[in-house]
Amino acid sequence: MGLSVRDLSVSYDGVPAVRGASLEVPGGSTLAVLGPSGCGKSTLLRAVAGLEPPDAGTIGWVAGEGRGVEDLTRVPTHRRGFALMFQDGQLFPQMTVGRNVAYPLRLRRAPSAERRRRTTELLALVGLGGYADRLPTTLSGGERQRVALARSLAADPRLLLLDEPLSALDAGLRERLATDLRDILRAAGTTTVLVTHDHEEAYAVADRLAVMRDGVVVQQGATAEVWRHPHDAATALFLGYARVLEGDAATPVLAAAGLGPSSAVALRRSALVLADRGSTAGLRGRVVSWRATPDQVRLVLDVPGAGEVDAVAGASGPPAGLAVGDEVRVTVDADRLAVV
Amino acid sequence: MTAATSTTTRRLATTAALAALPLAVLGLFFLLPVAGMVDRGLRPDGVLDPGAVLEVLTRPRTGRVVWFTLWTATLGTVVAVVLGLPAAYVLHRLRFPGRGLVRALLLVPFVLPTVVVGVAFDLLLRDGGPLAGLGLAGTPAAIVAGLVFFNVAVVVRSVGATWEGLDRRPAEAAAALGAGPWQVWWTVTVPALRPAVVSAASVVFLFCATAFGVVLVIGGVRYASVETEIYLLTANLLDLQAAAALSLVQLLAVVALLLVSARLRTTADPTRSRVVAAPRRPARGDLVPVVVTALVLLAVAAPIAALVVGSLRVDGAWSLASYRALGADPGDAGGQALLVPVTDALLNSLRTAVDATWMSVLLGLLVAAVVTRRSRSRAERRVRSLLDGLFMLPLGVSAVTLGFGFLVTLGRPPLELRDNPLLVPVAQALVALPLVVRTLVPVLASVDERLRQAAASLGASPARALLAVDLPVLWKPLVGAAGFAFAVSLGEFGATSFLARPDHPTVPVVIFRLLGNPGELNYGMALAASVVLAATTAGVMLAVERLRVPSLGAW
Repeated sequence: MGLSVRDLSVSYDGVPAVRGASLEVPGGSTLAVLGPSGCGKSTLLRAVAGLEPPDAGTIGWVAGEGRGVEDLTRVPTHRRGFALMFQDGQLFPQMTVGRNVAYPLRLRRAPSAERRRRTTELLALVGLGGYADRLPTTLSGGERQRVALARSLAADPRLLLLDEPLSALDAGLRERLATDLRDILRAAGTTTVLVTHDHEEAYAVADRLAVMRDGVVVQQGATAEVWRHPHDAATALFLGYARVLEGDAATPVLAAAGLGPSSAVALRRSALVLADRGSTAGLRGRVVSWRATPDQVRLVLDVPGAGEVDAVAGASGPPAGLAVGDEVRVTVDADRLAVV
Repeated sequence: MTAATSTTTRRLATTAALAALPLAVLGLFFLLPVAGMVDRGLRPDGVLDPGAVLEVLTRPRTGRVVWFTLWTATLGTVVAVVLGLPAAYVLHRLRFPGRGLVRALLLVPFVLPTVVVGVAFDLLLRDGGPLAGLGLAGTPAAIVAGLVFFNVAVVVRSVGATWEGLDRRPAEAAAALGAGPWQVWWTVTVPALRPAVVSAASVVFLFCATAFGVVLVIGGVRYASVETEIYLLTANLLDLQAAAALSLVQLLAVVALLLVSARLRTTADPTRSRVVAAPRRPARGDLVPVVVTALVLLAVAAPIAALVVGSLRVDGAWSLASYRALGADPGDAGGQALLVPVTDALLNSLRTAVDATWMSVLLGLLVAAVVTRRSRSRAERRVRSLLDGLFMLPLGVSAVTLGFGFLVTLGRPPLELRDNPLLVPVAQALVALPLVVRTLVPVLASVDERLRQAAASLGASPARALLAVDLPVLWKPLVGAAGFAFAVSLGEFGATSFLARPDHPTVPVVIFRLLGNPGELNYGMALAASVVLAATTAGVMLAVERLRVPSLGAW
């Protein structure tokens, strides 16, 4: 069971937006398509929803073991059994929250008792119990997205498509909602494809990850797997790695981490941790600059053989009197770097 | 005085300064004549006599006239909407070669002089005409057809403009939730279009209920609407009291209708981002609307074609004689109907139209600026919407009432303006003013205030901000509105028929006079003059259409 997209290409007025994309989404799992804006990820999602006609390739639904693939490539949007949630929710402004959520149920002519029950249930699931009589204009951005999610789930879709569901929200809310979203999707057990440019959002919500660039899916797999082994330097940087060291520059860092030589290594900001004064472990470097953020002290070091790298001070904070030009030592955390 | 109150005072002073000229013009050339006319009817001997008004209103003929006006206008509106919606869809959501031309062609009837429309329908339906077999000549059905012909463009334009700008995402969201095309249509598209349809319908009803030339030329004296009845009572029967009573009733009905339509009018929220669907190629499912549009086009083209053909036929043969007669001295041509050659009338018309155009554009720009300035308080907003409604009044007040009111109030001291050559252009400018305002207001209102604020925060003075922010979006609609006003002025008949001096007639007046006189040549000249007038207005509208003004004729 699940979604199967094969060699899909979509273009706008002859300009290719998606080129030969293939995706597998097993039933019950959540796939995040991650990529910078303009990479074609939203187009891919719209094509899966049936809102953009593909130039080539197929979109299919794997019904189950031995039951073959249902070809949906030419099936109109409303017959696919998918639900698409837009970036800004697209609640119908003239309907109350309750009627918005009940909309897909009305389309299926569900009896009114059933509609009421399901609407209440879904609003409770997204944490908006008692909101049924409100109008969408009276809601905050986060509440609107929750209603849109409840409405999409009311369609009882076999596949839920989320287009940047949290991007329109501010940072704090986004973080909280990402966790909620993951829990809601788990609870509903719905197969989901989520499109986002925010790697933290993808990491928080999805169990599978597909990275897209210039209309091409460059890598996909289990979230942790993609995280550990980015396909190339650009992918690593997009996944939130602070710096990629290539060639000879990678060697001293890899050695300090106890790893064998490789062509490149991607470092998270926290891969190098400032060692206590007097320690002889790890790498030696000279402080190029440093600044304090609310969570930690961030340094840029010049490490012989590797060049400039990022580091953070340990839990005990920066040593007193730290100054630019000081010689310090850092330990390398092998869990915070990826061999490319 | 605190800084806040001084700012408020300055804002109010600016508003008052902007509104002063339009208000003065409206007061002197509209409210005063209309009031004079009404006053004259209500106080025939200097004493108020409400009983006389009631007497007029309880006459059986008045009842018939009102009933006739109501049902023809209602039917005309319904048919115009039913035919206009599919055409709006085809012309604004589908993409096909020649779309711009078809759009412009459908707009032409709206600016065609009413007299010309009347003549064209008469020609099509009368004995010996191509559609004589339908037996519709001079019937109410012909009048309704004329009204529809005239107004279908209003529905196409204003609903089309909304349809074109409709955000496609709600429809996609509905489809993605499992709604089929019909369910999307009923649950998303219809609610989104409803305000535009209702407001277009209310304006069309207004136009139908106050139509003058079409009803007069097609219906003659057999079928009278309130508007033509006012004309007959005033000009033929000299029963000013009855005319004033009817005018008063009409005025009240129109004000009520304007209030309703103002409430229904919606301006797009500039701060909301929209994703508008690009027009697509026609598909198999579009067959019905495409066929309806083709029929509408045919129905619009038929009277115009009949007119052109008729003007070229003299004594059963093709001839340009009717056109040649236009330039002839009336004495030589043998028609005693006219004092000057028709070519002179055409020159008069053009000159008048130029004057009326600059006047209505100037006034319209001021009104639009006043109406669209952001209000800081509820009271301020109320004043602005009151002004907005006030300048819509000429739309609904009988042009006949206006014209006769001019004669009554401005023809004697202290306002001896009767022979002033600017009188006719001023009257026409007032008739065109609502169209100009309604073209400019949506554009100005759609400019995001934050753009002006951004310009100001970068150091631009209000004038520079105007140049940088408003002018780029405004100049096209401005030219479009000017073209619109020009076309309206060329075709204006109701007020002009009262005000134009016999030795300085405009073309519509000449056409009406030619029609009222017997003789093949007079009729032929009327047709030829109609063609010339129609070609001129159509030319102006085609040029304007090339500018692609989004809100042109949008209500």
